Amino acid sequence: MISFLLRRLLSSIPVALLVIVVCFLLVRLAPGSPFSSERALDPATQQMLESKYGLSGSLPEQSLRYLGNVLRGDLGDSLKFRGRTVLEIIGQSLPRSLLLGSIAFLLALGLGVPLGAWAAARNGKTADKWLNGFALLTLSIPTFVLAPVAVLCFSFALPLLPPAGWGTPLQLVLPSICLALPFVGVCARLTRSGLLETIGADFIRTGRAKGVSEKTLVLLHALRPAVLPLVAYAGPLAASILTGSLVIEEVFAIPGIGQFFVSGVMNRDVFLVSGVVLIYCLLLLFFNLIADWLTAILDPRIRLQS
Amino acid sequence: MKMRLILLSLTLIVLASILGPWLSPYSLSEVSAARLAPPSFSHWLGTDLHGRDLLTRLLYGGRISLLVGLVGATVSLLVGVTYGLISGYLGGRTDNAMMRFVDILYALPRIILVIVLITLFDLKLKQLLDGTILSSLASHARLLLLFVGLGLVEWLTLARIVRAQVLSIKERPFVLSARLIGQTTPTILFRQILPQVLPIVLTYLTLSLPAVILEESFLSFLGLGVQAPLASWGTLLADGAALLNPIQSPWWCVLFPALLLALTLLILNFLGDQLRQPQK
Repeated sequence: MISFLLRRLLSSIPVALLVIVVCFLLVRLAPGSPFSSERALDPATQQMLESKYGLSGSLPEQSLRYLGNVLRGDLGDSLKFRGRTVLEIIGQSLPRSLLLGSIAFLLALGLGVPLGAWAAARNGKTADKWLNGFALLTLSIPTFVLAPVAVLCFSFALPLLPPAGWGTPLQLVLPSICLALPFVGVCARLTRSGLLETIGADFIRTGRAKGVSEKTLVLLHALRPAVLPLVAYAGPLAASILTGSLVIEEVFAIPGIGQFFVSGVMNRDVFLVSGVVLIYCLLLLFFNLIADWLTAILDPRIRLQS
Repeated sequence: MKMRLILLSLTLIVLASILGPWLSPYSLSEVSAARLAPPSFSHWLGTDLHGRDLLTRLLYGGRISLLVGLVGATVSLLVGVTYGLISGYLGGRTDNAMMRFVDILYALPRIILVIVLITLFDLKLKQLLDGTILSSLASHARLLLLFVGLGLVEWLTLARIVRAQVLSIKERPFVLSARLIGQTTPTILFRQILPQVLPIVLTYLTLSLPAVILEESFLSFLGLGVQAPLASWGTLLADGAALLNPIQSPWWCVLFPALLLALTLLILNFLGDQLRQPQK
């Protein structure tokens, strides 16, 4: 098991490195310089700035230099937020995004799973149909539609919650709910279909026939295969929450990593963009790894060695 | 009954988006003195910060949103189907390598890369197109990049689905017969196998269409998608959200774009849901 995890981890590293090199090249190839502003720079200054930040020389040279720095743990300096390194910016903003994302992740699962189980118990009845409709509804209201409407309703029409900002627990309520709600429906559906499929399976009938108690049957036998689709969804869910977070941080003025990414792209802030993309990549690869690992634990049919 | 209602509202939204801008007495970017006017008889859904009629802008925005959705989904369909067909039919080591590539892309934040691509290459494409016979397209460089970029985000699942289908279809007798009578691989792929996978592909289109519309609005909401003077539902929603403040909240600027976008996505998702359910 550990060797599987290690191998997977090692094979993801080249992917992540390749992605940031591509990203670095994209930003460098794009027209517009990170140093340009309203005032045109004279060529000498431009050249000095470029060599100071390691952006001189040919493109392959630049990207190799950058790659070497990244491998040594140096993500470079931000070009727009002068005097701050990319690592500093990420170190400050990532915990905020992670906190928000984790709350949303738990919220999506914490609401979705019970709802799905409840619907499975009422298979085909009115409650089940209503839940299916609800799932479709949450699926169709994306984060960026929900967030402004929620601010309008709960901060301005009814002044219950703060509309923006970061720091107090109360300011977390609206953003995390808005970030989680679109995925509650998906989680509920996956739980429902997973449960229904397992409950109808032959081995459950066999268990029941040989007199296993209903409680043991559900907790020991049915639960494991039933949560498999949900575990497989954990990776995509993490990805959606990451991208959803871009919008949520924008609407609620949260100084998270998404805000820095958006401003970085706009400003051609090459090291900041590549650094943030690297972080996103690593996070996703990590989540997929965990999901694969959990799937292997839960499903004995999957042979990790092969 | 429910189905008929759903289809009717979809037709209504599409028709209104196509015809609306011609029927409306206002234009997309004509400003007026009636700034932030609430909904009334002259402006059915109110006006925005610059006194532009919100309904007209929503209809124009609908054109862009639906167009990006349709073209983006088509691009994803073309790429995904071709990739899946080739990978599944060739099999063996090629198939293995092609699917590994899909696995890798699956694990990457694709929409993030699309943001980088679109934002950075807007100008480059403009310069490229300028001076050629395609110069009239130059002002829509951003839109073209959106089509391609979003299409490239969505093709992965489709490629997997098509490949899985092809794996079983290529073992059927009619493919063998086609090979026996000497048809070339491209002919077999596109004339024999493609028609067999088409129903599943078209069903899947109902899923990727709302996904692309959603992604376009997402990018536009962040200010990275469609650019002024064009408008899409995403930019209109972003404009509305930027107007929210404790003193005065022009709710119509937020609520109507939000409702229209959510309703369209809901309808498309519902249709896809119905189509994908096994026939009773």
